[in-house]
Amino acid sequence: MLLREVGYARPGSLGEAIELLAADDGARALAGGQTLINVMKARAGSPDALVDLAGIEELRGIELGADGTLEIGAMTTYTELVASGEARARPIIGEVCAQIADVQVRNRGTIGGNLCTSDPTNHLPPLMAALGARMTIQGAGGERTVPASEFFLGVYMTAVAPGELLTKITVPAGRGDGFAAVTLGVEGTCIASAAASVDGGVTIALGCVDAIPVVLQPASTDDDAVREAVREANLDPPSDVHASSEYRTHLAEVLAVRAVNQARS
Amino acid sequence: MSTVTNSRSISVTINGTTYEREVEARKLLIHFIRDDLDQTGSHIGCDTGNCGACSVIVDGSLVKSCMMLAVQADGATIETVEGLADGEELSKLQQAFKDHHALQCGYCTPGMLMSATALLRENPHPSEHEIKKAIQGNICRCTGYWNIFAAVKAASE
Repeated sequence: MLLREVGYARPGSLGEAIELLAADDGARALAGGQTLINVMKARAGSPDALVDLAGIEELRGIELGADGTLEIGAMTTYTELVASGEARARPIIGEVCAQIADVQVRNRGTIGGNLCTSDPTNHLPPLMAALGARMTIQGAGGERTVPASEFFLGVYMTAVAPGELLTKITVPAGRGDGFAAVTLGVEGTCIASAAASVDGGVTIALGCVDAIPVVLQPASTDDDAVREAVREANLDPPSDVHASSEYRTHLAEVLAVRAVNQARS
Repeated sequence: MSTVTNSRSISVTINGTTYEREVEARKLLIHFIRDDLDQTGSHIGCDTGNCGACSVIVDGSLVKSCMMLAVQADGATIETVEGLADGEELSKLQQAFKDHHALQCGYCTPGMLMSATALLRENPHPSEHEIKKAIQGNICRCTGYWNIFAAVKAASE
């Protein structure tokens, strides 16, 4: 399909990319393009310019600190996360990335793109919320870090402001994590999803039931406590062709229990 | 300092031949390959990133060329279905597709072949599950998956 006319730049440094993004309200960052290019085909979004982040070395790579903290560059692909020895510090990250779409999409799609899209059906927003990840955002004025709980603001909206970039995702060391989803076909788009992390307490993040991940902290990892926490959240998810609101609410409860069971096993 | 431009001069090596062309930034890689270079082996099925008929290997990595801009491929080495055979001699995988009748209408075949080529290069003896995972991003609407699977398996033995 022919896209609307668009400008393109491939900066070689982070500073240059931020300068280009700040110079034009209509400019958007291009990461792996596995969502953005289709959005442009559908004319659901029509940026005036694309700032391709592919040439910026600073946005790549996975580092594992001595204390078990993982630092993941925003342009790291799903395939790189699946293959990474460092990322095995929190094996759930590779396990979930291996479930996203298909080989081709995993080879191009990036963790930063998945998070910045903030699509409620994406896998990584609830996962990063459950893992207690922190996002590093850089703009002309410098760098700031926000917790996952403050990063997602709405459907397609995040704390990354115009002229800023998500540069790095920091995942603390953890003990047990889980993820469960009901998808459209095997490894397709999520109809409902739940991520859980157990470390002393338990944190659950539910996907597809609200504009942003719904984070819950049940009293314990017992099935009953998890179910009760989901019920008390009074979820009111949207209905669509794939699932009614009631069915999604039911799935949220079931998937939360499955995710917690995986996390504590 | 890099600047924003609506078109760029790119250099791409496809199946061993280097092409230098001026392309619009909005041009998808699949259109560059098919329309600008007249290499029509790679197909456009859905144009939405679902069907995988446009799959090609870019710098060793399998991608859907309808979800990549030609300008993003500047400097890349690309392999398409045209590069699989050696003259008249089919690759082992292509021969296995022929032997196992792994195509009916043939529309998905270029993408299937590239996905299976990428798989066998990385993992010459995949399990049945690995074969199925490897062609997950490729849709065959003749629903001839079983023969495709059998061909990939035969080529891996």
